[in-house]
Amino acid sequence: MKQGLLLLFAAVWMTVGQAATEPYGYPIDNKYQATVLGTPDKYRPDLPKSIPLKKRRITIFKDHKVPEALWYDKELRYFEVLQKEPAPLVFLIAGTGASYDGGKNINMARAFYQAGFNVVSISSPTYMNFVVAASSTGMPGDAYRDAEDSYRVMERIWGTLQNKIKVTDFFVTGYSLGGFNTAFVALLDEKRQVFNFKKALLINPPVSLYNSISLLDRMLENIPGGIDNFDRFYNRLVEQIGRVYTRADNLSLDDEFLYQAFSAVNPDNEELAALIGVSFRIASGNMAFTSDLMTNAGYIKPANMTFTKNTSPGKFQKVAYRLGFTDYFHADFYPYYKRRHPDITRRELADKMSLTTIEDYLKNSPKIEVMHNQDDIILEPGEIDFFRRVFGDRAKIYPKGGHCGNIGYRDNVDHMIKVFTQ
Amino acid sequence: MTITIKKIQLHALVLLGTIALGACSTAPVLPEGEQPLEPRFDADRVLLETTQTPANAISDPWEGFNRSMYRFNYRFDKYLFLPVVNGYQAITPDFMEQGIHNFFRNLQDITTLINSILQLSPEKTANTVARLAINSTVGILGFINVAHNMPRSDEDFGQTLGHWGVGPGPYLVLPVLGPSSLRDGTGTLVDRVVFSEIRSKALNLETWQKLTWDTMNTIDTRAHVAFRYYETGSPFEYDWVRLLYSTKRQLDVER
Repeated sequence: MKQGLLLLFAAVWMTVGQAATEPYGYPIDNKYQATVLGTPDKYRPDLPKSIPLKKRRITIFKDHKVPEALWYDKELRYFEVLQKEPAPLVFLIAGTGASYDGGKNINMARAFYQAGFNVVSISSPTYMNFVVAASSTGMPGDAYRDAEDSYRVMERIWGTLQNKIKVTDFFVTGYSLGGFNTAFVALLDEKRQVFNFKKALLINPPVSLYNSISLLDRMLENIPGGIDNFDRFYNRLVEQIGRVYTRADNLSLDDEFLYQAFSAVNPDNEELAALIGVSFRIASGNMAFTSDLMTNAGYIKPANMTFTKNTSPGKFQKVAYRLGFTDYFHADFYPYYKRRHPDITRRELADKMSLTTIEDYLKNSPKIEVMHNQDDIILEPGEIDFFRRVFGDRAKIYPKGGHCGNIGYRDNVDHMIKVFTQ
Repeated sequence: MTITIKKIQLHALVLLGTIALGACSTAPVLPEGEQPLEPRFDADRVLLETTQTPANAISDPWEGFNRSMYRFNYRFDKYLFLPVVNGYQAITPDFMEQGIHNFFRNLQDITTLINSILQLSPEKTANTVARLAINSTVGILGFINVAHNMPRSDEDFGQTLGHWGVGPGPYLVLPVLGPSSLRDGTGTLVDRVVFSEIRSKALNLETWQKLTWDTMNTIDTRAHVAFRYYETGSPFEYDWVRLLYSTKRQLDVER
């Protein structure tokens, strides 16, 4: 009894002691708020305001046929930030539907540049420009194929740089779906050995792609009355934002405004989840329709119909945003895949697009590390334990931050740099 | 000089007319005699007849012309506008660039003032008068934005018309200037004519000076708009821009 008490006391003391030595100061406790708001300015590290960031375009496939409606996306856009002296180079892969020049990638580029890295940033294989200019199939979502496409892009970009700069070591990282891509890119690199990545860092990746897209699709159910009432939801949103905007003295619609609107409107969890759902729905609609234009698979657009430069998408746009990632999986991606692999079932295909299929590699490869949040909303209950179990010491799990909300927080940025410099 | 300008204007009109006539159809194309094959998710099955989307509320009868103009603006941006803006930013020291920006922003307040009066808004009028007075004097003709902490809202003639109950009318993509509406496009024109009348009365400028002034103003404006055509990552970009522009203007009118 006495011993038990002592043990208990020791345990309590240890947890308190740990909490005292390692406080995690990310300021937003609510996982939905964190996901929407990200990191407020004063919790961000001091990063250089201006870095020598150069936006570039590159042709990936010489004789690639691009449909008329997507005439402007033939070349792949990316950016590079280069050091003058010999230095390591890090590739950044953006998250679901996100571009190479989104806020998260730019902030990471600033941090890595400051830490002495060359940086090359590329869009997600689910981003329109990537699907059009760099996807070998026009049908994104295949973990292995997307990794090959990304790897090809990295090789091509490296081809333009190798006579310009001296690179000491290569690294790769990405957030969200980009983190998931990073794992498969690192695996492919073991075979191809072009870069021999010294380290690969996965930031807030899904475990099972299918589980995560199902969760994200379901978030739209938080729209009062369902998606058929999206119009009312949008008008209410505009009205709420409008109330803040019309009363404010001195502001424009930017990040600062987001915080002000947020504190004035004070949305509840359902509204926030609906908002997150909408943002992912826009990403899935963009991706699926682009893919449909590229492949003529007859998913949304009649297969024998051509969109010209001037075609108004009309009802097809409405359908595209009505359908989710899981619809794309079942009615577009799976049939496509099954034609090439006739024996595969839906369940098997869904299971295949998961980090669990490369668990052995992730477990035994010391070069791969992961950063994640205990309360990430794209994970099913219990999935976070996969990272603890498989990565062990190479997993850094934060107690809060939602989905990528804390990616700009000081400690998180320090940790990213530390993974690649130690 | 006047004749040359008239000639240029005529050429521009012909060009616009050609674009407008040459590209009116916004329908997708089917091989002759074929019916559309049914896609896996057909609109008739997926959408309720009653389904409204925010875009339904916007009138765009000139969509063919607008889409052509949208593409023209992309090319204008890519091959002329942005290279010039980048060149300007590269050769101008940052403090001077900021000063020039402040100068034009301060002059913008003249338009805001006129429209605040036309909207019979004592508050906006008083704020604008105060800001103009301070920036034009202490701020040395507006080059320093001394009054940066004072309330500011841009008011234009489109907003004034909206304030008095005029609806936006059809959506309109203007050459170079981009998204607008019949009301707002008219407003832009009125504001410009009024401003250049005031400028002619107040200052005795040569034509080349006026041209330089207007060119600098245009470059400065573009330099402060982050938007890049066809970089939103959506195959529905035109439709998104139309929706967001219309929503934003609606809010601007209400404020």
